[in-house]
Amino acid sequence: MPWKRKDLLSMQDLEPAEIGEVLDTAASMKEIASREIKKVPTLRGKTIVNLFYEASTRTRTSFEIAGKWLSADVINFSASGSSAEKGESLLDTAKNIEAMSPDVVVARHKAAGAPALLARHLRCSVVNAGDGAHEHPTQALLDLLTIREKKGHLEGLNVAIVGDVTHSRVARSNIYAMTKMGMTVTVAGPPTLIPVACQELGVKVSHRLEEAIAHADVIMMLRLQHERMTGGFIPSVREYSRVWGLTLARLTQCRPDVLIMHPGPVNRGVELAPEVADGPYSVILDQVSNGVAVRMAVLYLLTGAKAA
Amino acid sequence: MTQREKAQVLDEVTLDRALTRIAHEIVEQAGGVDDLALVGIKTRGETLAERIAQKILAIETVKPPVGALDITLYRDDLGLKAEQPQVRSTEIRFPVKGRTVVLVDDVLFTGRTIRAAMDALMDLGRPRIIRLAVLVDRGHRELPIRPDYIGKNLPTSRRETVAVMLREHDGIDRVVIQEPTDEQGG
Amino acid sequence: MNLLIAGARVVDPANGVDAVQDVLVTNGRIARLGRALKAPAGTETVDAAGKVVCPGFIDMHAHLREPGHEYKETIASGTRAAAAGGFTAVACMANTFPVNDNRAVTDYILARARVEGVVRVYPIGAVTRNLEGKQLAELAELAEGGCVAFSDDGKCVMNAEIYRRAMEYALPFGTPIISHAEDCHLAGGGAMHEGIVSTELGLPAQPAAAEEVMVARDIVLAELTGAHLHIAHISTAGAVRMVREAKARGVRVTTEATPHHLLLTDEAVRSYDPNTKMAPPLRSKRDVEALVEALADGTVDAIATDHAPHALSEKEDEFAEAANGVVGLETAVPLLLDRLVRPGVIDLAALVTRFSVAPARLLNLPGGSLAPGANADITVLDLDAPWTVTPSAFRSRSRNTPFAGWTGHGAPWMTIVGGVSVKP
Repeated sequence: MPWKRKDLLSMQDLEPAEIGEVLDTAASMKEIASREIKKVPTLRGKTIVNLFYEASTRTRTSFEIAGKWLSADVINFSASGSSAEKGESLLDTAKNIEAMSPDVVVARHKAAGAPALLARHLRCSVVNAGDGAHEHPTQALLDLLTIREKKGHLEGLNVAIVGDVTHSRVARSNIYAMTKMGMTVTVAGPPTLIPVACQELGVKVSHRLEEAIAHADVIMMLRLQHERMTGGFIPSVREYSRVWGLTLARLTQCRPDVLIMHPGPVNRGVELAPEVADGPYSVILDQVSNGVAVRMAVLYLLTGAKAA
Repeated sequence: MTQREKAQVLDEVTLDRALTRIAHEIVEQAGGVDDLALVGIKTRGETLAERIAQKILAIETVKPPVGALDITLYRDDLGLKAEQPQVRSTEIRFPVKGRTVVLVDDVLFTGRTIRAAMDALMDLGRPRIIRLAVLVDRGHRELPIRPDYIGKNLPTSRRETVAVMLREHDGIDRVVIQEPTDEQGG
Repeated sequence: MNLLIAGARVVDPANGVDAVQDVLVTNGRIARLGRALKAPAGTETVDAAGKVVCPGFIDMHAHLREPGHEYKETIASGTRAAAAGGFTAVACMANTFPVNDNRAVTDYILARARVEGVVRVYPIGAVTRNLEGKQLAELAELAEGGCVAFSDDGKCVMNAEIYRRAMEYALPFGTPIISHAEDCHLAGGGAMHEGIVSTELGLPAQPAAAEEVMVARDIVLAELTGAHLHIAHISTAGAVRMVREAKARGVRVTTEATPHHLLLTDEAVRSYDPNTKMAPPLRSKRDVEALVEALADGTVDAIATDHAPHALSEKEDEFAEAANGVVGLETAVPLLLDRLVRPGVIDLAALVTRFSVAPARLLNLPGGSLAPGANADITVLDLDAPWTVTPSAFRSRSRNTPFAGWTGHGAPWMTIVGGVSVKP
């Protein structure tokens, strides 16, 4: 099914066939990373602007590498030290950038819905690189690619997503993506970190880690932000890591072919014990390299699609 | 616009003979199999490259390495079409540097695919020599590209299509010329 | 000043009238109603056959933004918007800049209204100084100056002791205390209603409990003090349930609902359009159903717009950052005529009661009646007039409405204040 969308804003919008197309394209593009000359001329002459209002070195770097390997010109715009500090509104900044004719704007913002606002007003393609707690579609795509690579398929797999689901855009994008691809998803965490009405998203909910991970093919640990202690979500990091941290001992109760995933950066010793993060079940680094391939695929597909 | 078969130009036997001759020509010009590699252009070029490599094995008792090249990312017409063409993977598991690489494709037409293939190949390394083997040369070059080994020269008109069918893909080996039936509709 | 409105259906619930009558206005007051009335020579006659004549509608909750935020709205533009929407009077909230917490600001508002206002303007004074919730404003002077109620609307007085004292102190003036019920901690930074939609959208959200916790508290305080408590813009099923129970017990609690809370659910927020962002937020389908039911059975006494103009730059922003509030003066009556009266959810007399009789009663205002001697504040409706909500045509200075493009039938046809037809 040929990709026709002008923007990639959310996994919730996508059909399974579109997801498959991104994954297949990304899989084909992976070998560019192993070449001596990591460049193909495909997006030569295209301009990509990374509009990052939230600090993020890894995602931004991943998009930058993806764009540069495709021979595009990539410009990084981070909000600090710019007109945003002078109080320029998001829309004004975007329109100013658009006046310089980019082909793609990759946007990350702490406000849910910000990339959608941009996409409504900009002629060029918009990629959501993370908007508040709403979605992070390229993360879910690279997670799916990693799982598919390791397991050979997606449908029917059991996935446990563990941690602060309430504040996690990675969790939401993965929930939408995985349920669409026929995977069974269980979210697990203390009740204060599981969002209201979560079951209506088509997932199971568990408040016990051992129960959630017992039959999982894939365990995705989410990052705990230390700010969660204010607001009464958890009493302390210490208690959280004791109850919800994935240790080697807990891992022995899991399937022998389980995959451990994490969107990064990892709080070592909190949600993941260091031995687990670095251990043989962890595919965290594969996620990172697949991230570049997935972003190359997304940039490729978007720049080809003509706006409807 | 539908196509109608106008003529068959190669059948199973004549196709096989053409590949046998090409295999001999490659080996003769290269003076052996050392440093030789075949790279087929996806999709049917890859199949033909494999078949030629098998024939070279039969002649020289050594099989040259065979790779597959997807040229989608190097096309010069990206962004001109309605959607992006599907990207397949390039699989070349041997170093290209210093080798005699013979590109293999089914039909040579405008030459743009071969131009893209050469760019793709050069991004993987610096071959000593690049040569080109095609099953069918149908003319109408738009770039200064010329094949070294040709299965069959086939003068065609622009309106016509050359369809290459191979056992591994289409269940049968034959090459036909097709022409559009009517100009009505579209 | 003198007017004869001929041939309309007169709906005057306060006096039990629903019949085709002529209405004669003399010197700005209702002279009499009757059939085939003869007016004195030279009296302007309005042929209102096929129209509906009601006591003038009163919006008991609007933000006119003057003094201080005139770029969003002024008393001039706001009252013109009111007149266009069929309102003959507007009660304006105190969260201006400076806040209406002292007599000087009240005097200013009334002076501007006399010169620039085209409908009656009734100021609502603040409960606490600068709306900070710490110290009482000079309520006696405010009441003397013409404030018809007290409210820190926009904010909630979180300190129960201060609020109790305010209710007690204001008792002698007969002015209701109007509550913006929202526990600021439970609400947190919530930009929308907490539910499956907020979970999907990943927006910070506030539970219905943030409103209900304060409604419960305010009812208890009203019971303790005997004050007249009026809950502003009530929006949840739990809140209306509590008000219904409290009324049955004899507590002096009343409440109002806005058109947007009656017609829209949190599903409207899916587009991330900041024109669907207001406080309290749009609620779930269950809440809206309970609210409409409460409107029909009278638990919700009045309809008020909570007209909250904001400039484009304040609304055209990331959802969580955008200003709260939508305009409503020009759309309230047409929307509810089409979406509630036409389908028979409530009848016309009930609507007129909610828009006119109740606000007048709750704020102790003259109005809500067409009895002889009453001010000739009259709202004339055309029940069949087709309309399309066109923000660019608003009289208001602001355009922030969630109803752009909506269509329907039934709209205000003429707005008469003191016997004079207002040209908005």
